[in-house]
Amino acid sequence: MPKRKDIKKILIIGSGPIVIGQACEFDYSGSQACKALKQEGYEVILVNSNPATIMTDPGMADKTYIEPLTPEVVEKIIARERPDACLPTMGGQTGLNIAAILAKEGVFDRYGVELIGAKFEAIRKAEERDLFRESMRKIGLKVPDSAYVRSVEEALEWVKGRDYPFVIRPSYTLAGTGGGVAYNVDELKALVQRGIEYSLIGQVLVEESVLGWKEYELEVMRDLKDNVVIICSIENFDPMGIHTGDSITVAPAQTLTDKEYQRMRDAAIAVIREVGVETGGSNIQFAVHPETGEMVVIEMNPRVSRSSALASKATGFPIAKFAAKLAIGYTLDEIPNDITKKTPACFEPTIDYCVVKMPRWDFEKFPDAEATLTTEMKSVGEAMAIGRNFKEALQKAIRSLEKGRMGLGADGKDPLKPPYDLEVIREKLKTPNAERVFYIRYAYLAGMSTEEIYELTKIDPWFLENIKEIVEMEDEIREKPLTPGLLRKAKSFGFSDVQIAHLKGKTEKEIRELREKEGIKPAYKLVDTCAGEFEAYTPYYYSAYEFEDEVEVSDRKKIMILGGGPNRIGQGIEFDYCCVQAAFALREEGFEVIMVNCNPETVSTDYDTSDRLYFEPLTLEDVLAIARKEKPYGVIVQLGGQTPLNLALALKREGVRVLGTDPEDINRAEDRKLFAELLHKLGLKHTPYGTGYSFEEAREIAKRIGYPVLVRPSYVLGGRAMEIVYDEKSLERYIQEASRVSSEHPILIDKFLESAIEVDVDAISDGEITVIGGVMEHIEEAGVHSGDSACALPPYSLSKEIVEELKAQTRAIAKELRVRGLINIQFAIQGKDIYVLEVNPRASRTVPFVGKATGIPLARLAAKVMIGKSLKELGFTKEVEVKHTAVKEAVFPFIRFPGVDIILGPEMKSTGEVMGIDEDFGKAFAKSQMAAGNTLPLKGTVFVSVADRDKKSIVPVVKKLKELGFEVIATKGTREYLKKAGIEVKLVNKIAEGRPHVVDYIKNGDIQLIINTPIGKGPKFDEYKIRREATVHKIPIITTIPGAFAAVKGIEALLREEIRVKSLQEYHSVVYEENHVKIL
Amino acid sequence: MARAYLVLEDGFYLQGESFGAEGETFGEVVFNTSLTGYQEVLTDPSYKGQIVTMTYPLIGNYGINPLDVESRSVWVEGFVVREKSKIASNWRSEETLDEYLKRYGVIGIEGVDTRALTRHIRLQGAMKGCISTIDGDIKRLVKKVKESPGLVGRDLVKEVTYQEPFEWTEPLRDEWWEPIIFGEYTHLKVVVLDCGVKFNILRILKSYGCQVIVVPAFFKAKDILSYNPDGVLLSNGPGDPAAVPYIVEEVRKLIGEVPLFGICFGHQMLGQALGGKTFKLKFGHHGGNHPVMDLRTRKVEITTQNHGFCVDIETLPKGEVELTHINLNDMTLEGLQHKKYPLFSLQYHPEAGPGPHDSRYLFREFIKLMEEGKLGN
Repeated sequence: MPKRKDIKKILIIGSGPIVIGQACEFDYSGSQACKALKQEGYEVILVNSNPATIMTDPGMADKTYIEPLTPEVVEKIIARERPDACLPTMGGQTGLNIAAILAKEGVFDRYGVELIGAKFEAIRKAEERDLFRESMRKIGLKVPDSAYVRSVEEALEWVKGRDYPFVIRPSYTLAGTGGGVAYNVDELKALVQRGIEYSLIGQVLVEESVLGWKEYELEVMRDLKDNVVIICSIENFDPMGIHTGDSITVAPAQTLTDKEYQRMRDAAIAVIREVGVETGGSNIQFAVHPETGEMVVIEMNPRVSRSSALASKATGFPIAKFAAKLAIGYTLDEIPNDITKKTPACFEPTIDYCVVKMPRWDFEKFPDAEATLTTEMKSVGEAMAIGRNFKEALQKAIRSLEKGRMGLGADGKDPLKPPYDLEVIREKLKTPNAERVFYIRYAYLAGMSTEEIYELTKIDPWFLENIKEIVEMEDEIREKPLTPGLLRKAKSFGFSDVQIAHLKGKTEKEIRELREKEGIKPAYKLVDTCAGEFEAYTPYYYSAYEFEDEVEVSDRKKIMILGGGPNRIGQGIEFDYCCVQAAFALREEGFEVIMVNCNPETVSTDYDTSDRLYFEPLTLEDVLAIARKEKPYGVIVQLGGQTPLNLALALKREGVRVLGTDPEDINRAEDRKLFAELLHKLGLKHTPYGTGYSFEEAREIAKRIGYPVLVRPSYVLGGRAMEIVYDEKSLERYIQEASRVSSEHPILIDKFLESAIEVDVDAISDGEITVIGGVMEHIEEAGVHSGDSACALPPYSLSKEIVEELKAQTRAIAKELRVRGLINIQFAIQGKDIYVLEVNPRASRTVPFVGKATGIPLARLAAKVMIGKSLKELGFTKEVEVKHTAVKEAVFPFIRFPGVDIILGPEMKSTGEVMGIDEDFGKAFAKSQMAAGNTLPLKGTVFVSVADRDKKSIVPVVKKLKELGFEVIATKGTREYLKKAGIEVKLVNKIAEGRPHVVDYIKNGDIQLIINTPIGKGPKFDEYKIRREATVHKIPIITTIPGAFAAVKGIEALLREEIRVKSLQEYHSVVYEENHVKIL
Repeated sequence: MARAYLVLEDGFYLQGESFGAEGETFGEVVFNTSLTGYQEVLTDPSYKGQIVTMTYPLIGNYGINPLDVESRSVWVEGFVVREKSKIASNWRSEETLDEYLKRYGVIGIEGVDTRALTRHIRLQGAMKGCISTIDGDIKRLVKKVKESPGLVGRDLVKEVTYQEPFEWTEPLRDEWWEPIIFGEYTHLKVVVLDCGVKFNILRILKSYGCQVIVVPAFFKAKDILSYNPDGVLLSNGPGDPAAVPYIVEEVRKLIGEVPLFGICFGHQMLGQALGGKTFKLKFGHHGGNHPVMDLRTRKVEITTQNHGFCVDIETLPKGEVELTHINLNDMTLEGLQHKKYPLFSLQYHPEAGPGPHDSRYLFREFIKLMEEGKLGN
């Protein structure tokens, strides 16, 4: 069927901020959908609250709304734009939920909007457990038995006569939030209770467990003619009981016979038909009993998912793009396969390699969280690797994760050394955790058998035996002479040069040189959807130690861009945005762009983003091999975050040209001593600081500059292990802990500036002139990590003189560092004093935010500057003055980590960001809070409890709140202080003071807003419980005084007038067109 | 591990390691793109005369079980894989791939760049080759390959067909969870002309309830008709369809006498019997992901394919034959039916084994054809 002509305007709902369970994959799907629909001539309206995405670039959709993703706001957009159709399947669970609510409330009917892709009925059938179970039974498929309960009593009643364990899943939460596995009645009671609290509707599902069964997923596509194809099968390395997002997964399925696979395929097709997903992709999960083969359906996602992104990258089949085309009426046989060009998309990809996806966890960011894995997803990112065998793919995936490991082990980083304690190993194998795969290796080294490891882990023996082969190879490398044959074999098992060097007592460089001498280098193979059966035109490559290399190096001028690797706290989608922008920019300039990255969720790993895609780990060895092969004119390291930046010097030393700011100059900004010299030279202030190599040294420095001090290890991103230390005792404790983090690097000690305003400045320089991209004033005071604080562009409280001075200092520093490309500077302002906190001669986290706020595509311009264009040629010589305000707010994963306190500090903890944009600060801030899920209340009760140092500052806040009609309640100390200041507020008990206390109020829904500045951190404090309860019950909580002021402004704005929506295209006064910036 | 060589007639060779049986073996080298189903591939009689390489690099993972076989033996001349699994992991597995090939005396080679081999075949076409674990002299091996018989003009059916007729009684197995078992057509009798029939064809017919008689490929039309069948199924089989005029001749006699259903080689027999010609494809279709459109409904099914030869559309008598199925990858003929006589045939494998079940509906069409024939009588 040809595409539909009766619809012209289509609304796409995005997935909002990056959170655990919803990451870049929906930027990938949304961007593909926008592109595909625009190409087909439709007018695309996009709404997403996340400014860091590529899809919200003004060119991607016709109208881009960066507005809060709430049903009310989306309805306003519908009323304003009157789209003919809405595609709800591209924005993850968030997009789907909003569409479901709007459908249920009749909004789509009212405005004559048709849901395409998945109808409301299909969404319900897939999402509502009762309906789903019924549908499955109707088509003869088994599902684990389950029941919805609303109380612990109901749960206990239902489990009578059934066997433990049970899985508890709260209704309407994302990625298993608040769920878990109950092995006994006590755990059942606790989990059901918690689940009921977490669920938006006070309901949990209690389900018979299929723990330990083999877990599989199939990616299915269907079109309006009812053609159904399976794009990819995925087998989970980890058995049932661990969230798929937290499982190591492998494509294709490895241990199913054809009979079993076809049975699953038939079932998947039956499921998509029965649920009634009309077009597009769905993901269906199965569990298979390892000893009987019994198969049950676990769940279905009637939309593009994280697994679809993985399946797309694993096979080369662009699921989201085709899903968009199917939604507008095309059938699979009408869409050509991009890769082969000659064959249609209506087929099932077949692959001739093995794909391994590894999750990345950042538990060290949340020391109080339980670091075990359950049905609740906890990972913050993932890496994918491709190899010609599982061993190779697994080891590549591990080094792609950038957790410092260069393979499964034997890389000099093993925390466990012989003699091994079998009990420790058994415990680590039994209870799933982030390091389990490494403990399988220890288990083999300690002499454990595959049978025993299987009994403890239920990981299929096929995977275990493959790991055993890696361990045996390790022994062989250690014990035998390193002949070319052995070296080649070791490489084909995925061993990195670092591992081999470690086993042989040599350096990485020596091994590399030995390899190069023997001609042992990786061959690059193509990902082509067809296992070589047809000629492929899409240059998407992976390395393997094989006979034939398929890459034909062109004679065009090439630029290599290094991506950011897996998402993590501190480095995420913002950097992918920058890399993608650069790829677009350099292709415009006629370069052949080579992208290197290993994150399957991203747009940068789409094969049509660049001219060539190498899906490879971002280590020196892997990057250098590609550079040796392709011989690019230069490589761009400043856009992918810290990952590529860390490689800059080494690449330069190996003779690779690093484009943009010179690595030596980058080093001047990163090395504290050189940095201080630089500031001295320019006559700029920095906070007193010192570098301590021992506790004694550190103590002396702290004494000299005076407490409080900010301490951190050198060379870290996202404020890892950074802390504000108020006395010597805490300093001692910190150093003991920090030495674990990094023994090679010293401790940096800075004077901590109390109550200072922090400002971020992003700028671009071409070596001649420096133009400011944006000045962002933080809401929270200095000391809160810049990635975690809200900020406003333009500044909302700074004087014009200060802002001008900040710009002048930025220009001076950029000039001195001979910046070519982007620079980000963090300042702190205390009174009239300006301190330079940090200089980053690279793309910062705020580059996409600045782009969305002002319309200036900084990363795109930076890429062009790096290849020699001047800013004048690019039409960007003057800063853009905006008349509106944009506020960025951070989004946190605290709900996932019970036991973790939600206080902000110098160590970054947020996973994502949202933006609110409007004509003034109050409205923009209010929108940012709404978008972040902390919707400010317009009436009700505010609970105030602040530390003594903040008591004075809180008075005007409380006064204002009372004026605005709020009731204010406070604990004793705060209440008395307020009383002295002439404000009467109601008293509420602290927890220790008897009931009803403040937590009772929270639980009963009697509090709408909490202002609580911390006295202390952690479970020993009463206020910690208040903060946790607020998180669970989704009550907005403000933990800083500036935050409270901003909130009051926001509430005032909301009370003054109703929220209005406006597209970015209407806000922006500049546009990037025909390769340069145009002023409108 | 013993060394092994894979050598093609054009001089292309790869060095690897031996597994399965040792020795030297010759055949046409083809690649199969199925991700699963190596056991079915090994036991498919259509692979007689061929050395098969699997494009998926990890083979043997789930071992071998006694049930998932498509015939009474292993027929491939040799087996080429990137990495054979040392361990067999599946609850139904009873032996490893290595043991299985040894038991059947089939020579295997692993540790070779199967993708390079596949690309070479795609570009140069399927050609003769050998695997040797006993001779390391490439020049000599090339010479031996050149002297070995190819597929063109060769009757391999006689090497795989049963020598005596027999009745087949085994339906599809419950544990395979096949969704289309009816079992009520016990009044229908099907004679299957065995050119190298896959068991799944027989199992499916039996699952419908039919009485299934398997007869040797050299049976005459009158011998077939003497069973008084309600339909005759012309099975799949190996080798060059143009090399067995004696079968085509008998098939021609069956046209109009009894409902006919041709599968793969059987389709080629029928095509020739109707006046068409076959030609050799460059590297054939061997895999489980080929899209075929049913031209009558315009719907697409994902099919199992295994053929090196094809019926030429241009040579078929236009007035008599209707094209029903077409391959969307290369637009070659995948199915036909007669405008007057009750017969139809498919180039691909509706019985799957291995592969998807999308095309199972065609067995129903055969049942329907037989029912109509019965009513007509």
